Amino acid sequence: MEHERTEKGRSLAFSNMVRSRLGGETITSCYQCGTCASSCPVAKITDKFNPREVIKLSLLGEKEEVLSSDFIWLCCSCYNCQERCPQKVEIADVIYALRNIAFEKGYIPNLYSEFASAIINDGRIAKISKFMEQKRPAIGLPPLQPTGVEALRKILSATGFDKLQKEKEEAP
Amino acid sequence: MTSYALFLGCTIPARQPNYELSARKALAKLGIELVDLANMTCCAPPPVQSIDLETSLSMAAYNICLAEEADLNMVTLCTGCFESLAMTNTMLKENEKLREDVNRILSKAGEEFQGSKEVKHYLQVLKDDVGVERMKQSISKPLNNLKVASFSGCHLLRPSELLKFDDPERPRIFDDLIEALGAKSIEYRNKLKCCGGLLRGYADDLALKIAREKLVNTTKAGADCISTLCPFCFLTLDMGQLMIKSKFQEEYNMPVLHYAELLSIALGIDPKELALEFHKVKLYKVLNKIG
Repeated sequence: MEHERTEKGRSLAFSNMVRSRLGGETITSCYQCGTCASSCPVAKITDKFNPREVIKLSLLGEKEEVLSSDFIWLCCSCYNCQERCPQKVEIADVIYALRNIAFEKGYIPNLYSEFASAIINDGRIAKISKFMEQKRPAIGLPPLQPTGVEALRKILSATGFDKLQKEKEEAP
Repeated sequence: MTSYALFLGCTIPARQPNYELSARKALAKLGIELVDLANMTCCAPPPVQSIDLETSLSMAAYNICLAEEADLNMVTLCTGCFESLAMTNTMLKENEKLREDVNRILSKAGEEFQGSKEVKHYLQVLKDDVGVERMKQSISKPLNNLKVASFSGCHLLRPSELLKFDDPERPRIFDDLIEALGAKSIEYRNKLKCCGGLLRGYADDLALKIAREKLVNTTKAGADCISTLCPFCFLTLDMGQLMIKSKFQEEYNMPVLHYAELLSIALGIDPKELALEFHKVKLYKVLNKIG
């Protein structure tokens, strides 16, 4: 009895945590029909990812398993599942919410850490090389306008985005 | 003349000047003025959304604010940028609480989201401001029934509730605009399925397998080329063919053209002026057929 109560408490705590976040609001409407899994281009070719499983494990409170594994990073964000969900679970957005939580807990894939640095340093996710900039007039393109890095940094500091990244950099 | 603030994004100027060039030339020819505004940033695409959704909404809103200040609606070429910006625009217009939260953040950068402007993909500008009929009349070099496999990319269509672009399961807009050029928009298996592009860099093997399927299916359907709207889909399918060649020992030689490139050619712009050398898969097959 005691064990059951703790189990239930654990699962509720995690689903409430997801539900209270941007993107995670609809997670508890899932009734596990599997429409998402059958619409998923990634689940079709690997058993390493399955959107229905991501939702199920999250609802069961398997927080560590969900946040620490590869799982949530293998969604290709195509929104096919979300478009077709009969319960209007915003599955792709729930996965973003889970990734956001993983980021806060320090589970940060290197690739995403590089994305974050690029945003903070250049205001752009893909750097425009000097070569490309110099090539523009030769092929008839106007010069590039300056990027609003300064304004962006104020925004990143207001949302705490710059801190998220710093924690990663300072981690052992 | 109708004017729009051009949201150029990152990937196009970083890697695909051919896309930008064709879009600028074609839209100018059709009477659409593109205004380049200073101080725009990255649109906050899925990688940023993955890190922090509040940040991504604020970044997208910041860029929309710049268009609002210039009193212009915004147009994007990249479907990824379209998704980030159009989704944010709808969410903030419809959800007052969210708008207040984002405006509190934007105030630190001296901005305020008003919700007074539209974010459009350039296909919408073609369809609504130019119109299919006027486009047909402007064509001086019809594409000679070229068999085009349209591939709009996921983020033009989905999530449809927020993007409000076209029917997400049976879209027509892109195909109609291809046919307006005198080409044939062909059907092929799993046309609306993702190209796997966003898995590149994290799970390259999976990304390549998904991209390969698109090449198999368009080849089987007898396509002369694939037409894309998104620079990521383009990269995945064009340069991806080199990677598929080395990994699977398969050669497709399937030309991939951005819609703006097909449009420019049909409008009579000399292909030599379109920087087509940025394509990995060469286009002579397509150019010969058009004649």
